Amino acid sequence: MEPITIEAVQKELDRLANKDVYVHLETTNGAYASHFDENAYNVGAFIRNAKVSYLHGKIVGSKNTYRVGLKLDIGWVYAEGVNQWELDEEQRLLMAGHDREGRLMVALEIGETPFKN
Amino acid sequence: MIDLEKHVVVIYPHPDDEAFGASGTITQFREAGVSVTYLCGTLGEMGRNMGNPTFANRETLSEFRKKELIDACKVLDVDLRMLGYRDKTLEFESRDEVAEHLKGILEEIEPSLVITHYPGHAVHPDHDAMGAAAVEAVRLMDASKRPKVWAQALSHDHLELFGEPDVINNVKAVFNQKMKTIMAHRSQAQGVLGKMKENQDDVTDIEAIAKERLGYESFYTWNFD
Repeated sequence: MEPITIEAVQKELDRLANKDVYVHLETTNGAYASHFDENAYNVGAFIRNAKVSYLHGKIVGSKNTYRVGLKLDIGWVYAEGVNQWELDEEQRLLMAGHDREGRLMVALEIGETPFKN
Repeated sequence: MIDLEKHVVVIYPHPDDEAFGASGTITQFREAGVSVTYLCGTLGEMGRNMGNPTFANRETLSEFRKKELIDACKVLDVDLRMLGYRDKTLEFESRDEVAEHLKGILEEIEPSLVITHYPGHAVHPDHDAMGAAAVEAVRLMDASKRPKVWAQALSHDHLELFGEPDVINNVKAVFNQKMKTIMAHRSQAQGVLGKMKENQDDVTDIEAIAKERLGYESFYTWNFD
């Protein structure tokens, strides 16, 4: 993956708008958060291969933290904290945010083909 | 104790659980000529560590981890079976179905010992779920054919609750082999070892920390009575 530039990612969000797309959305602080820090809470959520179509998508932010919102007919998809991106071999848009040690904290991925189950 | 076993089956959910949890014990068994099979539940698809610097992403991680798992099993010289479950979801599978799945494999291999996580005391939900299914699988077996079960507890309070584990293996003599197994998990090793370092201010040598933290592998023998 490489650092996000708004122009490049916006182009891909536009390409995938108004199509049936599959979305993977995830955030986590890890299964060991409260094991290593008794004051921490384990939180995480993921949804894999949600099939949606969005009217338009937009990326906002600067430097190393960006937010992405997809406006749906009847709702929204939102991710905060993504800072890297790539297109995979199936032209799916992968975005993720990592901490300083390279651990994934948030991911938003959009593709016209489903992600591997 | 080590050389009396016929065949040992290790049942953990993630590639690298065997490395951090039992690779010293596995090495001792292999050195004594005991066959070992690793039943690995998932490919760690949802792991947070993507290498440091990152070289994997959410979609490619499972392929990397599958290769790493195969490499780690080569280092350990053990047979490997990948069970095909998905990381993070094991606790939502039917406990009975997973137990039946494991039981079928155990009846085929006929091990004398099963190593797994201590259900409810293994911190990660997948560890707890896999351990519970493994214990259930053995419980379902004919009592005369049941292997022993060594259950590994990782929770902070297990000593308080259960006392000292009855099996405490000092694996420092085979620690090089343990580190080689851990390092085979290239996408995970640094992240996990680094986490240990964060919690220890005064020591900086990561291998020394690892040896201190991972130099013993402890298990409770499960009581089916």
